[in-house]
Amino acid sequence: MTVNQISIFLENKYGKLSEIMALITDQNIRIIAATIADTSDYGILRIIVSEPQKAYKILKDNNVSANLTEVFALTINSETDSLSRAMESFTTVGLSIEYMYCFSLKEKSIIILRTNDQDLTRDVIEKKGLQYIIESDLIKL
Amino acid sequence: MQYWQKDIETMPQNELAEFQLKRLKETLCSASNSPFYKRVFSDNNISIDEINSLEDLQKLPFTTKEDLRANYPFDMAAIPLRQCTRLHSSSGTTGDPTVVLHSAKDLDQWANQVARCMYMVGIRDEDIFQNTSGYGMFTGGLGFQYGAEKLGALTVPAAAGNSRRQLKFIKDFGTTCLHIIPSYATRLAEVMTAEGMDPLKETKLHTICIGAEPHSEEQRKRIEKLLGVKAYNCFGMSEMNGPGVAFECKEQNGLHIWEDYTIVEIINPVTLQPVPDGEVGELVLTTLNREAMPLVRYRTRDLTSIISGDCPCGRTHRRLARFQGRSDDMIILKGVNLFPIQIETVLMQFKELGNNYLITIDTINNSDEMFIEVELSDLFTDDYSVLQSLSKNITRQLKDELLLTPRLKLVAKGSLPVQEGKAVRVKDLRKFN
Repeated sequence: MTVNQISIFLENKYGKLSEIMALITDQNIRIIAATIADTSDYGILRIIVSEPQKAYKILKDNNVSANLTEVFALTINSETDSLSRAMESFTTVGLSIEYMYCFSLKEKSIIILRTNDQDLTRDVIEKKGLQYIIESDLIKL
Repeated sequence: MQYWQKDIETMPQNELAEFQLKRLKETLCSASNSPFYKRVFSDNNISIDEINSLEDLQKLPFTTKEDLRANYPFDMAAIPLRQCTRLHSSSGTTGDPTVVLHSAKDLDQWANQVARCMYMVGIRDEDIFQNTSGYGMFTGGLGFQYGAEKLGALTVPAAAGNSRRQLKFIKDFGTTCLHIIPSYATRLAEVMTAEGMDPLKETKLHTICIGAEPHSEEQRKRIEKLLGVKAYNCFGMSEMNGPGVAFECKEQNGLHIWEDYTIVEIINPVTLQPVPDGEVGELVLTTLNREAMPLVRYRTRDLTSIISGDCPCGRTHRRLARFQGRSDDMIILKGVNLFPIQIETVLMQFKELGNNYLITIDTINNSDEMFIEVELSDLFTDDYSVLQSLSKNITRQLKDELLLTPRLKLVAKGSLPVQEGKAVRVKDLRKFN
């Protein structure tokens, strides 16, 4: 039900981001979504790529501090309240969102989601029949 | 057999003191043949006949590195140059170079001293010993070479640097023991892992001698774990021959300083008075076993203390505590005296951190600040708050240790300069007028 997101420790240094992205894209892996959380010293770059395991290995081989994190990738249609309804179903069972970011793909929005309880999140997604994509879908996107 | 020279290594302290006094008198006689000591003794109205106990040594003035520089190259020689067979010289990176001269007998005695140390940590003639020290003027090269040969170990003079070549030797020759600088030992373990070699399974290494730069107990443990070896701290300096002056035994609790080779004093570097056992001060040494260039009360600038009490290994020669750095490595920041080793001790406790760090002191808005950059290890987390609390936690512990708050910066693995020689851990960018 989840996809592997790659998190990368990123120093606030000129050229670092493009250097790391190039490592991945040079091997014909596509970066589907990316977000950065930062402080004045460093940031965490989080990316969704077409082939997470392959990209992760490339980063490790190049001595980059990175890890894989399982996140949910929900597909939301473009109705006005679809996002808020999805969030509400998490909140009512007591789940907290650690972070979230979205990207759009052919009329659809995809929400990348990390919560404080993976198992409970799984239950909610199943019960509410929320749409999601899985890791093997990434390469087709 | 546990000892290289049982009689000497386990000699009772009172007998050792008698032995030292006899050697001291011989040393002073021979020293007075050098242009330098002849002048020192006459300027201070010292008659060697008046030195009749070890306490009398305190009547003699100290010898300093500046004396060695001022008498460069040959005014410290106590025998004619014709009878000298080797010269070692310090690089002179921090001033004029210094020279140390050796006779054939001196070199033989030195080799014996190193062999005694190596034997003490369990190195035997069946071992294959790879020396990763620079050869040439640096005494860690030839010093260990001759010591290991005297011991009878098969000795590989690999010399410094070129990690891949070092690894090839370790693998191909089945190297069992290394002499290596601590920062390079961790580097070598990293290179092994990067080359797909398991340091714990694919080498025959069991014992390494680490020295030449101060390191913490945590760093030793880390090296032992990374390489699957026992690591022993060794101490030496070119002025006192080189390696072998003091060495840890298998107890790994203090370095036995060979008192048949040197007289040990620990002094307060400011008052120049002796400090009691257990108190940190500057190590002062008098050679007892050197004819070409005896040194009397030489101020080493190295900071340590005497560990009191008997060592379970049975050796009677006193033990020095782990070196605290050099009196000239000391950083004075906002009136606080600190040593890089204190910072290392804190950093090495965190498994989230790697082995490489850099301390920078700089003046920011008229205030002197300390910046510490430290590399993360492989255990990277996606959780932002974990990184922040790690950062806070390290800073708090550093503050407790240093009594001032450094600015800590976590950096990516591999982003600090790689160190192959003696690691440069401190950059002082302050402008002093």
